Amino acid sequence: MIELANIHKAFGANQVLKGVNLTIPKGESMVIIGGSGTGKSICLKCILGLVEQDTGTIMLDGVDVRLAERDAFLARFGMLFQGGALFDSLNVWQNVAFRLLRGSLKRPKSEAREIAIEKLRRVGLKPETADLFPAELSGGMQKRVGLARAIAAAPEIIFFDEPTTGLDPIMAGVINELIREIVTEMGATAITITHDMSSVRAIADKIAMLHDGVIQWTGPVSEMDASGDPYLDQFIHGRADGPIESVR
Amino acid sequence: MGILAPIASLGRTVIGLLAATGRVSMFAAAAVSHIFRPPFYIKEFWQSLLFIGYFSLPVVGLTALFTGGALALQIYAGGSRFNAEAVVPSIVAIGMVRELGPVLGGLMVAGRVAASIAAEIGTMKVTEQIDALVTLSTNPVKYLTVPRVLAATLAMPVLVGIGDVIGIMGGFLVGVSRLDFNAATYLNNTIDFLESWDIVSGLIKASVFGFIVAVMGCYHGTNSGRGAQGVGRATTNAVVSASILILASNYVLTELFFSA
Repeated sequence: MIELANIHKAFGANQVLKGVNLTIPKGESMVIIGGSGTGKSICLKCILGLVEQDTGTIMLDGVDVRLAERDAFLARFGMLFQGGALFDSLNVWQNVAFRLLRGSLKRPKSEAREIAIEKLRRVGLKPETADLFPAELSGGMQKRVGLARAIAAAPEIIFFDEPTTGLDPIMAGVINELIREIVTEMGATAITITHDMSSVRAIADKIAMLHDGVIQWTGPVSEMDASGDPYLDQFIHGRADGPIESVR
Repeated sequence: MGILAPIASLGRTVIGLLAATGRVSMFAAAAVSHIFRPPFYIKEFWQSLLFIGYFSLPVVGLTALFTGGALALQIYAGGSRFNAEAVVPSIVAIGMVRELGPVLGGLMVAGRVAASIAAEIGTMKVTEQIDALVTLSTNPVKYLTVPRVLAATLAMPVLVGIGDVIGIMGGFLVGVSRLDFNAATYLNNTIDFLESWDIVSGLIKASVFGFIVAVMGCYHGTNSGRGAQGVGRATTNAVVSASILILASNYVLTELFFSA
């Protein structure tokens, strides 16, 4: 279980998070929605320790993440970055097997390659893709490789940062289905950040809406349409009028 | 307030400069401390060695060749004013190995390598590749900075050593073909007047310059701003700061090695 309690984070005078409280039970798929620049990615980065919160605590299975042994802690996570964040200098299979080629999870090269090819197959990519470089792939393929890398070491917790941004609707649907399948079959806890409402409906067990630095609404995806929350209603229906200012 | 404004501005500049010096020093210290602690990324080290050392050879070699030739012409022209043309071989050799080889080699490598390192790491930062490294349980300092710093520190003396030889050969070619020196006499004069400390001091300087080039490239890349403009600025800052530090440290090292 991941618990964020009263998380505050400011960048200079810009107070991005103003007391975020959120609980993600083990094995659940939580989707965080909210406008651009509301701090959704910062929440993920705070959990991973890429950004340190100013105040508040983040607990993973009852342990403060700042006190956890770093390598063991990070080994529990996989993350799909918005732009894929694939390493340009490594080919596809070396990207996917990055964790398996070094550090505590190191395997023999041939075994790591086999696992990478298996993960590539799992995300719908042919084995021939393995020896290509990221620059030779389309945006959709890069996302799939990023997804394969995120799941390569069978993590307990997976983060997806805007997994469908920049993809056509069909490819976005493919990625959504893959995420849902993978999260279900691995039994992983997942946090996804997205603006894409079709992704929300495909991926989420629960959703949380972040607005003005706090969680404005949280609940099961099935209750989203009848929430009665004016912020959530405006966001999910994409209306210009409402409590959320359209000029930010 | 109006009268104090220039003083306040000066104070801010000095504080900013001191803060930047502190940040760079801490970054360099972290890089050095990680050199001795596992894990070691051997493949990345060899790749860096190839890129920084081997692929910089043409740039350093050509620079040394033309500098050696020009130096021979200048010393001959200057020396002829007081009948000291015969010193051309020894001054070319001493000038190349003590000063021009390491300094010009360092500056050329700064232009080529510091820029490239800053652009590469800066791009990795803005495309979240460095964040990805962290989430994959890999320390970016160990994986990106240490191999480059170590490779540059070790490769530069070799590069400069080869550059010294090429530079002296440049002087030799000009001396023999344009200034009518006897080839054997030129080589004898070069060898007779060159002391081992001349060579060693130049190679020590080269090693320090290599360290500076890699640290500045990695530091500015790691602290790159957002977008293409941020990476462009990081690249410029890496080259400028590495060049200035090379020239400043060259003076300090020369004082240290050769002041009586």
